[in-house]
Amino acid sequence: MKNSIRPKHPDITSEMWDTIDEIIAKWKNTPGSVITVLRECQDVVRYLPSELLHYISYGMGLPLSQVFGVATFYSFFSLTPKGRHTIKVCTGTACYVKGIKETINRIYGKYNLKEGGTTEDRRFSLEGVRCLGACGLAPVMVVNKDVHGAVSADKVVQILEKYE
Amino acid sequence: MNKTRLQLMLCGGTGCDSTGSEKVRIALLQEIEKHGLSEEVQIIVTGCNGFCAVGPVMVVQPEGIFYQKIQPEDAKELVDSHFLKGTPIQRLMYKNPANKKIIPKMDDIPFFSSQVFRAMRNKGLIDPEVIDEYIARDGYFAAAKALNEMSPDDIIKEMLESGLRGRGGAGFPAGMKWRFAKEAQGDVKYVLCNADEGDPGAFMDRSILESDPHSVIEGMIIAAKAINAHKGYIYCRSEYPLAVKRLNIAIEQAKNYGLLGEDILGSGFEFDVEVYQGAGAFVCGEETALMRSIEGKRGMPIPRPPFPAHKGLWKKPTILNNVETLANVPQIILNGGKWYASVGTATSKGTKVFALSGDVCNIGLVEVPMGTTIRKLVYDIGGGVPDKRKFKAVQLGGPSGGCVPEQYLDTPIDYEEITKVGAIMGSGGAIVMDNTTCMVDMARYFMDFIQDESCGKCTPCREGTKRILTLLENMCKGKGQPGDIEQLEELCEVVKHSSLCGLGQTASNPVLSTLKYFRDEYEAHIFDKTCPAKTCPALVKFEVDPNKCKMCGLCFKGCPADAIQWEKKAVAVIDKTKCIKCMSCYDRCKFDAIM
Ligand SMILES: Cc1cc2nc3c(=O)[nH]c(=O)nc-3n(C[C@H](O)[C@H](O)[C@H](O)COP(=O)(O)O)c2cc1C
Ligand code: SF4
Ligand code: SF4
Ligand code: FES
Ligand code: FES
Repeated sequence: MKNSIRPKHPDITSEMWDTIDEIIAKWKNTPGSVITVLRECQDVVRYLPSELLHYISYGMGLPLSQVFGVATFYSFFSLTPKGRHTIKVCTGTACYVKGIKETINRIYGKYNLKEGGTTEDRRFSLEGVRCLGACGLAPVMVVNKDVHGAVSADKVVQILEKYE
Repeated sequence: MNKTRLQLMLCGGTGCDSTGSEKVRIALLQEIEKHGLSEEVQIIVTGCNGFCAVGPVMVVQPEGIFYQKIQPEDAKELVDSHFLKGTPIQRLMYKNPANKKIIPKMDDIPFFSSQVFRAMRNKGLIDPEVIDEYIARDGYFAAAKALNEMSPDDIIKEMLESGLRGRGGAGFPAGMKWRFAKEAQGDVKYVLCNADEGDPGAFMDRSILESDPHSVIEGMIIAAKAINAHKGYIYCRSEYPLAVKRLNIAIEQAKNYGLLGEDILGSGFEFDVEVYQGAGAFVCGEETALMRSIEGKRGMPIPRPPFPAHKGLWKKPTILNNVETLANVPQIILNGGKWYASVGTATSKGTKVFALSGDVCNIGLVEVPMGTTIRKLVYDIGGGVPDKRKFKAVQLGGPSGGCVPEQYLDTPIDYEEITKVGAIMGSGGAIVMDNTTCMVDMARYFMDFIQDESCGKCTPCREGTKRILTLLENMCKGKGQPGDIEQLEELCEVVKHSSLCGLGQTASNPVLSTLKYFRDEYEAHIFDKTCPAKTCPALVKFEVDPNKCKMCGLCFKGCPADAIQWEKKAVAVIDKTKCIKCMSCYDRCKFDAIM
């Protein structure tokens, strides 16, 4: 698409827009591909600002209601910005039985951060995910791509302090 | 296949990967190269071995020596002592916790010896990213047989004879589903694989996909031939990046070998598979919602009939099967339905994979013959409950299931028998809970999950689960009222009978089953304002029982809020104005002195 119709957005650089155009071009003619497009665009920008959803709707030739409907239905998509580090706490049954709730409470106590939220300084975002397939290490937390096992409430802050 | 002297089957599954198996691989590789053994000793990174609790694990073949908890520092000794001099290292072997005896061989360890591997027959034995290794273990022989020698009716006959029932939870006979789709009119049909694995405490399907992706693809080819479909999708959770990657590699390799695409193996049959990633919605595991999702819509269920076998994806005849169901198919075709049915009970044939976790010693992935008792699963294979605590219940079937308490541990694993005791077979999540788990809180946990995941289409499911959740939350907070239990029961019935899809219809199960066996815990929360398992913080007093306190100071050392006063030889005291109810003191106290 032409550069001139790209909306301005502080979190989307022009290289990102180029990639987004490529994604749209690749999937435009595949029926049912909107979820894939949203995922790939989110990989680029790290979240889906509403300007981007408008752009995707226009680019894919899909009603805005369908694009927004899909983006809000699936928990994988985030319409708000993410922190520099993403903390994923496993809220699967095994981790719950092994005490992830206390770990989450401790994170809240220290960083005033709740599930689905981002700290004001955009240092951390916290997400709850279901079973990461590492129940043997429960309770499990993933920071960016690092898996941490047996994260008791007592250990969690110490681990997180390493992420600036 | 190769002439190496030793093969090191190093687990690269999610569990072992996170305990550092990649570092172990690098260290081993360096040592092996240093000693010029690269020709003789080969490292093969496998999918989950099953015994995640003691990872990183490695099996040395052909001897079958099992090593656990390997660290990079152990690499030197392994090479020097074992691979060069032939003396295995006892320090890294499994010890029987009962008598402290070392068990060197994998097959002799009780965790493995009671298992029968069918769906997981290749786990830990092949590199999932190399198609030749799959083929070397008879891979794609069944597809060749089905495509070249069997008619669709022959395939369906074997499937019916095998008695294989859907492993995704509902247990519908796979052969019957295929027959409906075969008989449905239409020139475009689809074969789908459900790899959404929604149960939030289970990872069976993930492990199969990661350790043996070709078995699922082969199962789909056979299904395609049976119903005459030419296109398939694997709907995989986006939370499973490794599974997606391995599936894509497997599909690519199968295409290069002429096992997917046009004219497969010269049979004239055409079939293609694509991976479709979900985006995090539990309800998309439901068949009609899953199909809407592949169509790029909001994943909401629609009423049946019409059944997917007649009008499924893009309104075309479609079959949907679970990962484990499909992974069983090649062996059924190769060895015959009778062979498959030779194991199991009257109505449940073959084996079932469980993800055993929670308060149990041997956390991991296990596959047992149908008919095995739950006791055997928890005690013989699982090794029982750790830390000298007491077994309370095992939860089967996750948010749609229920719990099996002590008195029903001898129930055999069988679709009908498990349902009789108020749980369900489910997809294979088996979570063991000890006496420190509060059953009201567990019911609350599952209802919270369901409430969050209800797609909102039906009012009873959307609103009913919210009200059930509020009641349970209040009980856990000490605000339960007389009459709440009755109200719970009533709401559960309504949600069960007036919801459209399985999510709503089964949402009450965790509540009803805990109510059935642990009603006294509910009553304690409501009437005595106590939590017998002491897990609901609102019902713990946060006082130190001076009669039980042994003055050890452990609570004091762990308190993050400076709320505990303690000196040597003095009973600890909690300042309730400072206490943040974090439960740390409670967890640390070995003498049960925090009330
Ligand atoms: C809410 C809900 C979630 C489900 N989630 C899954 C799932 O994650 N994986 C799965 O295989 N089946 C799931 N099912 C069952 C599927 O609808 C379907 O019965 C199954 O995939 C059919 O395959 P099978 O016959 O081989 O078991 C779910 C059902 C419901 C109602
Ligand atoms: S029962 Fe619940 S999840 Fe299922 S369709 Fe109705 S509202 Fe959606
Ligand atoms: S619950 Fe936490 S804050 Fe309260 S006394 Fe115990 S350790 Fe300290
Ligand atoms: S429940 Fe947390 S990793 Fe499985
Ligand atoms: S991940 Fe290694 S044994 Fe399960």
